[in-house]
Amino acid sequence: MTCAAPITPSRDAERAPDPAGPILEVRGLTIGLPAGSDRSTAVRDVSFEVGRGEILCLVGESGSGKSVIAQSVMGLLPRTLPVLGGSIRLQGEELTTASPARLRALRATRMSMIFQEPMTALNPVMTCGDQIDEVLCEHTRLGAAERRAKVLAIVREVRLPEPERMVASYPHQLSGGQRQRIVIAMALVLDPALLIADEPTTALDVTTQAQILKLVLDLQQRHGAGVLFITHDFGVVADMAQRVAVLRLGTLVELGTKHDVLQRPRHDYTRMLIGAVPTLELKARPSDPEAPFVLRVRGLEKTYRDKSWFGRQRIVQAATDVNLEIRRGQTLGIVGESGSGKSTVARCIVRLIDPSGGSVLLGADSGRDIATMPSGALRPLRKRVQIVFQDPYRSLNPRRNIAEALIEGPVNYGLSRDAALQRARSLLDMVRMDASALERYPHQFSGGQRQRLCIARALMMEPELLVADEAVSALDVSVQAQVMRLFEEIRSRLNLAMLFITHDLRVASQVCDQLAVMSRGRVVEYGPAHRVFGAPEHEYTRALFAAAPGRGFQFGVAGGVAGGVEACAGSSDVAPAAG
Amino acid sequence: MESVVRHPATLADAASFDALSVEAASVVTQESAWTRVRKSLSVRLGAYFLLLLVAIALLAPWLGTVDPSLFDPASRDLLPGRQGEITTLEGETLKHRFLMGSDSFGRDIYSRVIYGTQVSLIVGIAVAAVAMAVGIVLGLLAGFLRRVDGPLMRLMDGVMAIPAILIAIALVAMWRGSLLTVVLAIAIPEIPRVTRLVRSLVLTIREEPYVEAAVSLGTPTWKIMLRHILPNTVAPLVVQGTFICGSGILTEAILSFLGVGLPPDTPTWGNVMAEGRAQFNEYPHNIFFPGIFLALTVLAVNILGDGLRDTLDPKMAKRV
Repeated sequence: MTCAAPITPSRDAERAPDPAGPILEVRGLTIGLPAGSDRSTAVRDVSFEVGRGEILCLVGESGSGKSVIAQSVMGLLPRTLPVLGGSIRLQGEELTTASPARLRALRATRMSMIFQEPMTALNPVMTCGDQIDEVLCEHTRLGAAERRAKVLAIVREVRLPEPERMVASYPHQLSGGQRQRIVIAMALVLDPALLIADEPTTALDVTTQAQILKLVLDLQQRHGAGVLFITHDFGVVADMAQRVAVLRLGTLVELGTKHDVLQRPRHDYTRMLIGAVPTLELKARPSDPEAPFVLRVRGLEKTYRDKSWFGRQRIVQAATDVNLEIRRGQTLGIVGESGSGKSTVARCIVRLIDPSGGSVLLGADSGRDIATMPSGALRPLRKRVQIVFQDPYRSLNPRRNIAEALIEGPVNYGLSRDAALQRARSLLDMVRMDASALERYPHQFSGGQRQRLCIARALMMEPELLVADEAVSALDVSVQAQVMRLFEEIRSRLNLAMLFITHDLRVASQVCDQLAVMSRGRVVEYGPAHRVFGAPEHEYTRALFAAAPGRGFQFGVAGGVAGGVEACAGSSDVAPAAG
Repeated sequence: MESVVRHPATLADAASFDALSVEAASVVTQESAWTRVRKSLSVRLGAYFLLLLVAIALLAPWLGTVDPSLFDPASRDLLPGRQGEITTLEGETLKHRFLMGSDSFGRDIYSRVIYGTQVSLIVGIAVAAVAMAVGIVLGLLAGFLRRVDGPLMRLMDGVMAIPAILIAIALVAMWRGSLLTVVLAIAIPEIPRVTRLVRSLVLTIREEPYVEAAVSLGTPTWKIMLRHILPNTVAPLVVQGTFICGSGILTEAILSFLGVGLPPDTPTWGNVMAEGRAQFNEYPHNIFFPGIFLALTVLAVNILGDGLRDTLDPKMAKRV
């Protein structure tokens, strides 16, 4: 790439940073929200510092203001979020009043950022090498050969194979993990003093996540940078943090060392959060091995053929020879990374897509094979299998109220409206929603509430099998715990069979009796959950388990882990900011 | 399900849990689309002007007009504001002030322009209604039925390949000009655009989990189309409808101007302009007044459409 004349580094850039103090010092930071928001400030009176070579994890649920803090440090806040007070000092230099030009000079040289979504953080029409080179062009006066050497060196340092080829590749030619390595290389190429990582592994698979986290740790130690690491995942916190700051609704509720915060949390909110983190330990669960089968899947296959007029046909084997069984009252978990085919299997079982081969037997004994059944014959059987989807925001029709959503299914099968409404009320009670919800529309509910409504909608059909397709993955950890307990309660109370699909081993360990591990469309390991967790046989399963973040770290709250949620349930008043 | 009983312990538990949960603390506030639409300046501006035009169209006989087809050789080519006389069909001669002058037949341009508002609005709204109705049906079919999709969309591509005005001219020439034929002739070339829009909306919306949920609830396909898909296409369709209305008014004027629209004695803005064309150098007002009305009307419709697009577009709507 040809490079325009480099911006002459201003005299400011040569100003010697304060070597003794912390790298980042945030004092009393308050950031406003536009009028009409649910609260007046995005961040209120937040103070913390990041020392040299230190990793501070900023944890909080969605809407806690953690990303806003990262943007304010980088000077990337949108106009609608003004800094109302406080100071942000980078190596002693005030950033809140710095000019845009000064901020531009500081970015990449003294502070840099890794974003959540590596695909959108890279420009799709520039090669990866050119994008790293651009950073050097903007901020240094190195010649082309020196720049190229530096680019190759940093690509090697983030441990990308075949650096020459990587540098010449476009972002779409790389995998998600490789892209994130390029983003990290861009961030670290000029050796910044502060690295901000905003949920850098949230979009990645668990095995890739483990590699990226290890890389960030390695590089941080080698470069001695201070790291502000933003995440919602306590497993990641346990792996990465030296100190932890907990945010709730824009205020800092707790700040301390990793062990203090994660094992001896003082604030009720932190305790509630940590109590809600699912453990990797299996729960002892009573289950009846002789219960009748609800579902048997035999040799299920799904092949996608990409038909085009020109060129070769593309064939994708989404699922190959999948065999599963679920008995009444049991929960079968399917775990796997993205693209492993777990959702394809679920959708074949619900017959949202048609399987290409194999059989799906519904009911006890011989069962009815619904895999190839025409839709007319399938209709009376549909009600026996119901599904709850991942995204609660898209699972309810925005233009129909909750009553209409809930009674739709039973009315389709001939139940009267009044009887259906009656059933809807009792189910709302079961999912802990008020009957007044019936008159309201989906946009008036939060994500967790919507997910409970979706569960109620599925239960309206009185199904034998409930399929949960990543049904708790999009939820914040505290809400996730509630919804998981709700699933558990429903399963035991109604003696349902459940198929629980998740990428999160912690979630799987909490709800599953049987576990199937999928990789590349195949079930690579299948058995009772305690056997699969206790003594995984397949290599892939072992790799997956080894990659689970925070493995081996003992989270603790007063009264033990399991009592976490209940422990803080007694004191519902929330103390103002501490720490 | 009859076995459902209350569990007070867990219920209270959940309540206090909710008190700490961030989710419970953040109040979900979202302005409804209707509120946003009403607040929008361009929607108001466009809507008020169109309401004014509707009022003019309805009140045309009481706005100091005479029968727009009346002419009087004695009052030909009068300049705007001149006093003249005009003879009614009963042979009665009236004194009349020609606010916008008169044309070469001695007809009152003001009356013709005011009555022309009726024609333009009727044509605009009718064209939008016809194009939308047919387009929605075809779009739903194409989006839902694989077998219909290919042939139907290729046909639509074919229609789109011919310039709209050319199709309209050909159709009117074939059928002879009347209000109905003009409306159909203008609406037909607009149908493919609506069909394409509806089809693309159907293709995205039918992948939404709430549609899949409806499938697993055993909802028949036609009910899914009417209950789950069609209501969610309303916002973009309303926007598209206003733009079709605007271009329909314009196309009608073009057809009339070219002499292939409504019969020349019908008072339409296009007809008035067509008659004034020959004398444009001496009497520019013959074209100026209907032209101003036409321009402002189309502008108002488009401003309304822009405002609706900005407020109803799902990309602009904030997700809380």
